[in-house]
Amino acid sequence: MSDKVATRAAYGKTLVALGREDERIVVLDADLSGSTTTAEFAREFPQRFFNMGIAEANMMGVAAGLAASGKIPFASTFAIFATGRAFEQVRQSIAYPAFPVKIAATHAGVSVGADGASHQSIEDVALMRVIPGMTVICPCDAVETAGAVIAAARHDGPVYLRLGRHPVPVVMPKNHVFTLGRAERLRQGSDVVLLASGLMVSVCLEAADLLAQQGMSAEVINVSTIKPLDKAAILDAAKRCRAVVTAEEHSVIGGLGSAVAALLAQKCPTPLEMVGIQDRFGQSGDVPPLLEEYGLTPGAVVAAAERVIQGRCMN
Amino acid sequence: MDITTKTRLEKRAREMRRHILRMIAAAGSGHPGGSLSAADIMATLYFHVMRVDPQRPNWPLRDRFVLSKGHAAPVLYAALAECGFFPVEELTSLREFGSYLQGHPDYKQTAGVDASTGSLGQGLSIAVGMALAARLDAKDYRVFALLGDGELQEGQIWEAAMSAAHYRLGHLVALVDCNGLQIDGEVERVMSIAPLKEKWQAFGWYCLEVDGHAVDQIAHAIDEASTVRPTVILARTIKGRGVPFMEGRAEWHGKAPSSDQLQDALAALNKEDEDV
Repeated sequence: MSDKVATRAAYGKTLVALGREDERIVVLDADLSGSTTTAEFAREFPQRFFNMGIAEANMMGVAAGLAASGKIPFASTFAIFATGRAFEQVRQSIAYPAFPVKIAATHAGVSVGADGASHQSIEDVALMRVIPGMTVICPCDAVETAGAVIAAARHDGPVYLRLGRHPVPVVMPKNHVFTLGRAERLRQGSDVVLLASGLMVSVCLEAADLLAQQGMSAEVINVSTIKPLDKAAILDAAKRCRAVVTAEEHSVIGGLGSAVAALLAQKCPTPLEMVGIQDRFGQSGDVPPLLEEYGLTPGAVVAAAERVIQGRCMN
Repeated sequence: MDITTKTRLEKRAREMRRHILRMIAAAGSGHPGGSLSAADIMATLYFHVMRVDPQRPNWPLRDRFVLSKGHAAPVLYAALAECGFFPVEELTSLREFGSYLQGHPDYKQTAGVDASTGSLGQGLSIAVGMALAARLDAKDYRVFALLGDGELQEGQIWEAAMSAAHYRLGHLVALVDCNGLQIDGEVERVMSIAPLKEKWQAFGWYCLEVDGHAVDQIAHAIDEASTVRPTVILARTIKGRGVPFMEGRAEWHGKAPSSDQLQDALAALNKEDEDV
């Protein structure tokens, strides 16, 4: 875990590479191409880039029309605008006809930082998960993002790709091959399994080190594909470890934690703690104090792990 | 337009109106008013203007049609069935469980339907995307979208209008079925949208006005469409056109006729046929 790269940066670079290989790739943005990094694609392929202005609802409909005509559109803006402002356009114009539009949204979560609550999306995974047929991916680092962008382009259907603004450690090996729908075990353990997405994956790896120092063996699994969930991998880990912690930079309502809770409750009831944003809005600030305030730290994951292990023993 | 063509299109529109009434009566629900008002526009598009092939519904070079006012699905289904995309006999399965004729147009299920619509305000954006794709691929197909006048209250319509003009989509034609009524009453009383022509012109569109029940005027306006910027045709229509007891009545926006009312309505249309 050395160099830090924002997942949005990997997105922009991968789009350019994809654009060179496949003429069907087109990109739309809503006046945020510098921030979402689609500007790199726009420079190399100006004919295949459409700035739609500050009009997200229309952007989603136009993306649908391009997809209906054989294109593979990537539509980018900030996560809250892509999923909140344009929710029903995504539902009706894109997902219902199952068009292969890739909604690649950046600036998800509180790690947006200083812009504050209006720009910090903590609801987007919930909003996209609930749409029938929508695939939801939240990569943990730059390496995984590159693979996820390519996998999204190849997937015949709508995809929501959740990306971040803030640089995060690279935790996946450089040669990692991303497989849509597969949760990746990054560390083996036996006392508790930490199921994480996005920037919480590196946080959980740190937490696992801390737990090891206390004599607890924590498994860490990167659940970057939140839908469809890798049920087999999660159930296997839950059965072996008998205690589960989910960790996400998103509301605990409707995100990874909710998805895992529903799975476990139905298939393998297991003590569970959910680390995430506890039904609150974000706020302005630097990223480290924000992660601290919202309980998105190695310490918070360790505390959750301790609680869930203790809870299991009491049962 | 020669008289033979005009007569042929008017006859087709009457036949489509009969289909509309029969299928909505069979379903027991649906939207007759805004389907009947658009019948002449749709007959002109599908039987005179558009390049479509019912044997190849996904033909890449076909002209595209987006029914942005998706609740008028019956008029689209009537046109597609008359064209031969699917059997006319299937029309009465409208809105039935398991039918491919869903209450609002479904791209996945129905041959000839180019976009899933029904949530108002979204279709013009889809049409803009189709027109951009045509330009990218250097294909010469045109894109048509039919909007309702009440639908123009949706903000997304104006986002789409802005983008179509910005990208100079000369192969995009929007038609507005200006029947003046929406569910709660007169459009101008519910939420004023006037002045329409000036609004579209201010958004950069070439704007034409026609009698939406005069097939020759509709066809002529489409011929006159700009090739360097998007064109909108404001078609003045009567909601419920062709059925005297439905004409100009907002209550027939979304209500099925009873079997007696169906017979009265069909009789009125048959009389129009005889009068020709």
